[in-house]
Amino acid sequence: MLGRIWRIIVKEFIQLRRDKYARFRLIVPPIIQMLIYGYAATFEVRRVPIAVLDLDHSQESRDLLARFTFTGRFSVAKILRDDRDIPRTIGRSSIPMALKIEPGFSESLRKGQTAHLQVILDGTNSNTALVAVGYVNQIAATFTQEYARGRVERLMPALAAMAPQVELEQRPWYNPDLNSQWFFVPGVIGSITLVLVVNLTAFAIVREREIGTLEQVMVTPIRPVELILGKTVPFFLVGLADVALVAAVGTLWFRVPFRGNLLVLLLGTVLFLLNTLSIGLLISTLCSTQQQAFASAFFFLNPAFILSGFSFPITSMPAAMQWVTYADPLRYFLIVLRGTFLKGVGLDVLWPQMAALACLTIILLTIGVLRFRKSVD
Amino acid sequence: MNDAVVKVDRLTKHFAGRPVVEDLSFAVRRGEILGLVGPDGAGKTTTLRILAGVLPADSGAARVADQDVIRDPEAVKSRISYMAQRFGLYEDLTVDENIRFYAELFEVAAAVREQRARELLAACGMTPFQRRLAGQLSGGMKRKLGLVCALIHTPQILLLDEPTTGVDPVSRRELWSILYSLVFQGVTVLISTAYFDEAERCHRLLLLHRGRLLFCGTPAELKGKLPGAVLSLASSEPRRLRAALAGADGVLSAMAMGDALHVVVDDPARRIPELREQLGAAGLGFGDITTMGATVEDVFAYMVSRQEAERGR
Repeated sequence: MLGRIWRIIVKEFIQLRRDKYARFRLIVPPIIQMLIYGYAATFEVRRVPIAVLDLDHSQESRDLLARFTFTGRFSVAKILRDDRDIPRTIGRSSIPMALKIEPGFSESLRKGQTAHLQVILDGTNSNTALVAVGYVNQIAATFTQEYARGRVERLMPALAAMAPQVELEQRPWYNPDLNSQWFFVPGVIGSITLVLVVNLTAFAIVREREIGTLEQVMVTPIRPVELILGKTVPFFLVGLADVALVAAVGTLWFRVPFRGNLLVLLLGTVLFLLNTLSIGLLISTLCSTQQQAFASAFFFLNPAFILSGFSFPITSMPAAMQWVTYADPLRYFLIVLRGTFLKGVGLDVLWPQMAALACLTIILLTIGVLRFRKSVD
Repeated sequence: MNDAVVKVDRLTKHFAGRPVVEDLSFAVRRGEILGLVGPDGAGKTTTLRILAGVLPADSGAARVADQDVIRDPEAVKSRISYMAQRFGLYEDLTVDENIRFYAELFEVAAAVREQRARELLAACGMTPFQRRLAGQLSGGMKRKLGLVCALIHTPQILLLDEPTTGVDPVSRRELWSILYSLVFQGVTVLISTAYFDEAERCHRLLLLHRGRLLFCGTPAELKGKLPGAVLSLASSEPRRLRAALAGADGVLSAMAMGDALHVVVDDPARRIPELREQLGAAGLGFGDITTMGATVEDVFAYMVSRQEAERGR
């Protein structure tokens, strides 16, 4: 029994060693993906080019507009002269936002009335627009507050001393600079492993079906369980090695901290890998060619990625979709990854995730093994 | 047959509601080469796969090497060897690695494996290629390597599914000489083939057509089944001749063969002049008419046409 499993494992590794492209596929794309995510994937909105139309030309309007560039969030790319320039600018250039200050802006302020700042946005990229509006709000609020305070101080210094004020102090824990890399890098470990192991497992089995070795192996006294173990153990090891590789790039290159317990991460990784192997096995039973396997894997991986909370918050999804996310192993592994890397929490906090991963493993592995047995009979 | 190592009784298998093997019964003696002969779709592969324990039957019984393959398909696997039409070799493994892989799946001890691999490779003339990748072997060599892998655990019964399809004549002869030496050692061989000329090499034949058994017996017995004689009419247009002779008196079957038409007639002495007359009247020219020994293919064509005539009735 062990001899047969061992022989299949040895065979898999010989094949892996001979296949130059497979070796490349195991090392280079994960690192490239890590670098791309590390450098390019960010939710932060910085130096958004904006166009400004100041029809008031006052001290106040200039002060307000200057605040936009001070923060580093925006940079003025174009000064407009005319209302008609706005649609041209937003519609036909890469400038997604325009600010317009009506004549009489400063006059209204001095009279203590509401003055208007108009923001025109390119809503095509709703996410950037949303974030930008948030910053605009912040800047406008600070401006209003300081302007009001200045006026009170000048006109009624005594009152100003008594004026109550709430000041916002932000203390983001675990990621004080709200660095996107810190958020993405642990997640990338999970998503890369998912794609890699599901594909490797499904393809390795389907390939044997395609070239006819699967049938030939099934007429030997081998038991399906031995074949499954022989085919999956190598990819389990490859998956572990890839997690270590990608994690090393994340911590050493991107300086993402690892604050938790390595053993807790290992436990989560093992459970997650068992899930990915089961999914690969399951996909392999549904396909008879590698092309079908490719299509099926893609069909599964894309939703798994979107529903995992990798970049889209699960709490913002409709209730029905949130229920679906419970079937997504990546969802739990991401919590384990972010928990161990950034928060440094242990099993006392992460046990529900571990339990969920274990349950999913049992369910998926059972279905996978049963279907596999049927498919080779 | 008391010394039967394979015994099949009323075996039936359907695919998608259609019978692929129907009510098939036969037995094979130890040390015999039994040929399963028939065109594509005759049920040869299905029969072999059921006997190999990889395909469950719908009904019927089958004992192979003292094991009931219908009830317990696993028990038989270590005693037999099944070589699928496309033997599953790992093309990115070497000849040696492929052999070792299959040997260990059958749990053959290392010393036994090495000894046997040496003998088998030598018998196939493949000793110089041990370190070559299987993917770099020629088609015939791949088949031979498949056979070596299939024989590495010294099976009692060898089930071969069209092992010579697409193999060059030299490799084909080598394969057959290996089979004969195996039989000499007491191995029983069930071999399927779509080549009728190859059928003559078997000890006994099962003629299958659309899942049904047409005939079971030696090639000589088979040829004895043919009433009358086979005539060969040399012609550049054998198909037109066949069309002209359809339904003619005394013509049992006709089959176009290259630049000749083979016609089975009940009484050659009487029919030869009639054929000449009939074809002459139809304005079809032809060369010599010769009487020839029946081939397996002639008998098969005759049996199929007779069976179809009976069904049509």
